[in-house]
Amino acid sequence: MNRIIRKVKLNPTVTLMVIDAPLIAKKAEPGQFIIIRSHSDAERIPLTIADFDRETGSVTIIFQIVGAATMRLNTLNTGDCVESFTGPLGKATNTEGLKKAAVVGGGVGCAIAYPVAKKLFEQGTEVHAIAGFRSRDLVILEDEFRAHSTAFYAVSDDGSWGEKGLVTDALKKLIESGEKYDEVITIGPLIMMKFVCALTKQYGIKTIASMNPIMIDGTGMCGCCRLTVGGKTRFACVEGPEFDGHEIDFDEAMARSRMYASEEKTLREEACRLMKMGEGVGA
Amino acid sequence: MAAREPKKHEMPVQPPEIRAHNFDEVALGYNEELALAEAQRCLGCKNKPCMQGCPVNIDIPEFISHIKNNDIEGAYKVISESSSLPAVCGRVCPQELQCEHNCTLGTKMNLEPVGIGRLERYAADYHRVHKNGSTERPAPNGHKVAVIGSGPSGLACAGDLAKKGFAVTVFEALHSAGGVLVYGIPEFRLPKSIVADEVRTLGELGVEIITNVIVGRTITIDELFEQGYEAVFIGTGAGLPNFMNIPGESLCGVYSANEFLTRSNLMKSYLDNAATPIKKGGNVVVVGGGNVAMDAARTALRLGAEHVYIVYRRSFDELPARKEEVEHAKEEGIDFRILCNPVEIVGYHSENDPRDPKNGFVKGVRCIKMELGEPDERGRRRPVEILGSEFEIEADTVIIAIGTSPNPLIKDTTNGLEVNKRGGIVITEEGLTSRENVYAGGDAVTGAATVISAMGAGKTAAKAIYKALCGE
Repeated sequence: MNRIIRKVKLNPTVTLMVIDAPLIAKKAEPGQFIIIRSHSDAERIPLTIADFDRETGSVTIIFQIVGAATMRLNTLNTGDCVESFTGPLGKATNTEGLKKAAVVGGGVGCAIAYPVAKKLFEQGTEVHAIAGFRSRDLVILEDEFRAHSTAFYAVSDDGSWGEKGLVTDALKKLIESGEKYDEVITIGPLIMMKFVCALTKQYGIKTIASMNPIMIDGTGMCGCCRLTVGGKTRFACVEGPEFDGHEIDFDEAMARSRMYASEEKTLREEACRLMKMGEGVGA
Repeated sequence: MAAREPKKHEMPVQPPEIRAHNFDEVALGYNEELALAEAQRCLGCKNKPCMQGCPVNIDIPEFISHIKNNDIEGAYKVISESSSLPAVCGRVCPQELQCEHNCTLGTKMNLEPVGIGRLERYAADYHRVHKNGSTERPAPNGHKVAVIGSGPSGLACAGDLAKKGFAVTVFEALHSAGGVLVYGIPEFRLPKSIVADEVRTLGELGVEIITNVIVGRTITIDELFEQGYEAVFIGTGAGLPNFMNIPGESLCGVYSANEFLTRSNLMKSYLDNAATPIKKGGNVVVVGGGNVAMDAARTALRLGAEHVYIVYRRSFDELPARKEEVEHAKEEGIDFRILCNPVEIVGYHSENDPRDPKNGFVKGVRCIKMELGEPDERGRRRPVEILGSEFEIEADTVIIAIGTSPNPLIKDTTNGLEVNKRGGIVITEEGLTSRENVYAGGDAVTGAATVISAMGAGKTAAKAIYKALCGE
């Protein structure tokens, strides 16, 4: 059981929780994730670590309310406990030796891109952060990104925040204007990462993508999180979650991410129904 | 003396047509009458050949003699001196290859061996129902040991150490204790309440189990020593699932057996309204011939599959699964396609409709027929493809049950821990690794094997730890 120290609604569909987890906070590094179970009968879901504080012993997670599991997690409030919180899992982002890097985040993926940008910035790397959202009301972590990057580029699909366009437009413009990156690190929806990687491949810039496939145990036992990278089967939970973006089979990853689309729809509808009933009765 | 019954007394079971649709235990266990009658079949051999077949050296003729006298608690006491998990072993051990294989009734008299496993289960189940109060906690000896993993090897090691007075802490990565007994072996073969009970008994002995801690990530082995643990036992079990490296293994609907069974057993996907989804129904093809393949096939059947195939490249004689499981699977209607091997998993793809929800899902498995050729280095005849014999089985779900490779987490985070070329931890006969005071055993060392051999390894290490720390 781990206590929720603080809960903040970042926007209508994205929640931040600071969780009391001293052992994990002591070890956590950017790029790693945890497995959380909100309730004893809840699904195990992986969430990438958004921030951590070794002194207070807390770990921050940021999640989008997309399915039954995140809906249930979101019913918990400050002071409540989550049933289990396990980690840190996966390999940390390798930031060694990078002089100049572009960190490209999309949507709630920015929650994961942020600690990477922060670590790079704090070690003295020149960081260009590009954050993309559908619209202004979905923006998260803007101040944090601005404070931990050498240059910050905001883009939105509808132009309501920053430049109108996609993160790939912003990245392309920077590359074309002569910016030379040792590495591009991208975290966001699969389709966005696919196009970021396709773009940087044209320019021969090494690119790392952080993958978030379906997992169960998350510790290297079940094989659910497998991806094809460079023609080989790789396991995101122990060998990732970051891989060479130019080698990842994104189309396959996108197809696999839809494996339970129909079951998830049923579970989500059921969860909505139960929560509405709950509201009717007491809350 | 009356003629000895030539066959084992049959185990009462749920009828196949009923049990194929529920997750209740298949084998119901002997009653008193059957147990006493079966015990009478034991010759009580002085040289105890059966005992030599037991990886944990249970004094089998001795416990059976107690059953003959209807002293079931006495029988349990004899078993529990050697085994920390009698109710589990009575259910899942491959007795036909171990104790029962050596039984004089079989080796000398051409009869069926004594049903040793069934009697062990009887004694353990009797004890669970009839025991009074909790197990007595041994006096502490002042030494502290950490055990990594709460599967069969870890529990056996922890149990033996606790009986000697060690303060034992078991670190478990998942949210419930039991390892493969909980995530792997299905309810219908090993009810989880029995595992929980065995774990509770260890708790009474003083073993502390901490769940949701991943050694190698949350804490390292070196940090455990810094915290005052004097020895560490690594019993982390099987690791990443193996795949066949044929086209189509990443299609939706393709599972490793570990994933399929973990969803059903650990995450309870077999229950209605479970939070973790699993694909139910349709045609299911399971690839492999071990116990895990049988478990996966029979789980799929109980989840509502219309037709379940087991595809295995050798013949019935080479099936590595426990004989009883193969028999049960056949009775339940599992369709065995032996001497046959998958060459491709075929996916659905609509040329006209890129948004067809079936796109990217499994449609079938292309297989090739095999025949047995020359024996390999282990003496098993090697399966050889028959050219031009390919055929396709229609399938919605494919489950790959062809073994696992060791988990890299501990190896990657422990300096000086030697592993072999397959990634298994290298140990001495006593279970010691290349690191001082670090022991290992079970699947993390051997690769996928049995519950009982893992328990044997846990016990061996416990003995060595006792010798190292207490000088005896």
